[in-house]
Amino acid sequence: MASKKTAAKTAQKTSKAKAPTAWDRVQLARDAKRPHLADFLREIASDFEELHGDRLVNDDRALIGGFATIGDEKVLVLGHHKGATVEENMEANFGMVNPDGYRKAMRLGKLAEKFHLPIVTFVDTPGAYPGDTAEARGQAEAIAKSLEVFAGLKTPIVVVVTGEGGSGGALAIAVGDRILMLENAVYSVISPEGCAGILWRDGKAAPLAAEALKITAADLAKLGVIDEIVPEPAGGAQKNHKLAAANVKKAVLKAIKELKKLATEDLMAARYEKLMKMGRFN
Amino acid sequence: MSWFEPKQEKPAIPPAKALWAVCPKCKSHMPKEEWKANNAICPKCNYHGRLSARDRIAQVADEGSFEELFRAVSYSDHLSFHDASGDYKSKVEATIAKTKETESIVMGKASIGGHSVMLGVMDFSFMGGSLGTGTGERIARACETAMAERRPLVIFSASGGARMHEGILSLMQMAKTSAAIGKLKDAGLPYISVLTDPTTGGVSASYAMLGDINITEPKALIGFAGRRVIENTIHQKLPDDFQSAEYLEKHGFIDKIVERKDLKAFIAKMLSYWGF
Repeated sequence: MASKKTAAKTAQKTSKAKAPTAWDRVQLARDAKRPHLADFLREIASDFEELHGDRLVNDDRALIGGFATIGDEKVLVLGHHKGATVEENMEANFGMVNPDGYRKAMRLGKLAEKFHLPIVTFVDTPGAYPGDTAEARGQAEAIAKSLEVFAGLKTPIVVVVTGEGGSGGALAIAVGDRILMLENAVYSVISPEGCAGILWRDGKAAPLAAEALKITAADLAKLGVIDEIVPEPAGGAQKNHKLAAANVKKAVLKAIKELKKLATEDLMAARYEKLMKMGRFN
Repeated sequence: MSWFEPKQEKPAIPPAKALWAVCPKCKSHMPKEEWKANNAICPKCNYHGRLSARDRIAQVADEGSFEELFRAVSYSDHLSFHDASGDYKSKVEATIAKTKETESIVMGKASIGGHSVMLGVMDFSFMGGSLGTGTGERIARACETAMAERRPLVIFSASGGARMHEGILSLMQMAKTSAAIGKLKDAGLPYISVLTDPTTGGVSASYAMLGDINITEPKALIGFAGRRVIENTIHQKLPDDFQSAEYLEKHGFIDKIVERKDLKAFIAKMLSYWGF
């Protein structure tokens, strides 16, 4: 698979430079100045029309969706929303999605499928919102249903993990045909702090947990979870939003171009096989 | 997505600990023999306690009908994971030796009230019923076999969530199992999910919540995030019935709470409604 080779090559290149530790990358992935969804959209998309609401109870501001033009491609964009200021972050609930957000994502995903438009998702969340109302409205069901729905949407899906890939809350919009990941992004089953609290019984052991969990882009490329590492400007994406976004745009357009060549049955079969291969050791 | 919660405070235990059982919900004490004889159901509050996978299979499958599959599909230590208390490999090997199971779900062909099914039963005593790569692979293969043989799928869940010792690939099992179950449902086959105490985290947020019908037992704990995490987030104490089977039914996520003694007949009845 060509994309897998590319990922391995980039991983190699990355490790030759003075490699930041997993914990360094966690800090970079969470850097408030790192480009977020709005920054990427501004740089990448020539237009964007946001569409609101899950048609049930709410419009979740932690997950944004709408149609956009990227290069020559008309696409649906879905992404976690984090802000640059405290006020923006309060509105975006720090990128922690409620069930309503995932239901909005499914609704819009089905709309993109109807017109056979590619879907591009931007993943950047500490995790799904752990609140009482989130439970009452079925956080578990919403995430589960998203996984089932996105696995079956008959249209190309490109996923870009841009910052924090926080567990199920990230995965809910990260099932797709090409999984791209920024060089300093992290993606994990549990936060390093959460893991350290449980297995080390000490939240301060988070750097050790970060290392043990293998959460960096290079690790995930080796494990076959992602297809391609998107390089960041020296020192991290926060240093140069334009350059980081240009690299993302290039990788996204290349992936869309490749995927659009596939017949729908082949696309679906490949996505299914990609998922079935995850952790098939026996 | 912790796969087990910080241990609950232990209730006061009478001296003859070996002889007494304590209901984890209402804290009433009874002789262990009574707890066992009552099928791990509290006679005071009707909490339906945990069963081993083998005990559950014995109660649900028609006698002698269970034919186990995929036993060789086991855990994988692809991260060479180790933490403060040692390495994952030793821990899971000790669990295998103790439980005599090789993964957190026992899978096989069975009949339930005369209906042929693919039956999976999770065992909470295997690493907290956590979802590992072996668990996910067994479920994916079960879906493939069920589709090939036109068998309905029945899964009893009991889990704290994804198995963090297997890192990102344990998270990926949520997507893998959900995709496989989606395909099975698209093929016109029924999937009955039985969420037993406890079903939380990455398991509730994947295959356990995807049943054509989702059923549960009285007072089972079902939820996504842990109670303590939520309390820390909202800075409030949560009501006692939060994330209980009854709470889930009230909010529309469970089709029916079924008493243990009625489960087998209920599943068989649903399958006969649907012509299987």
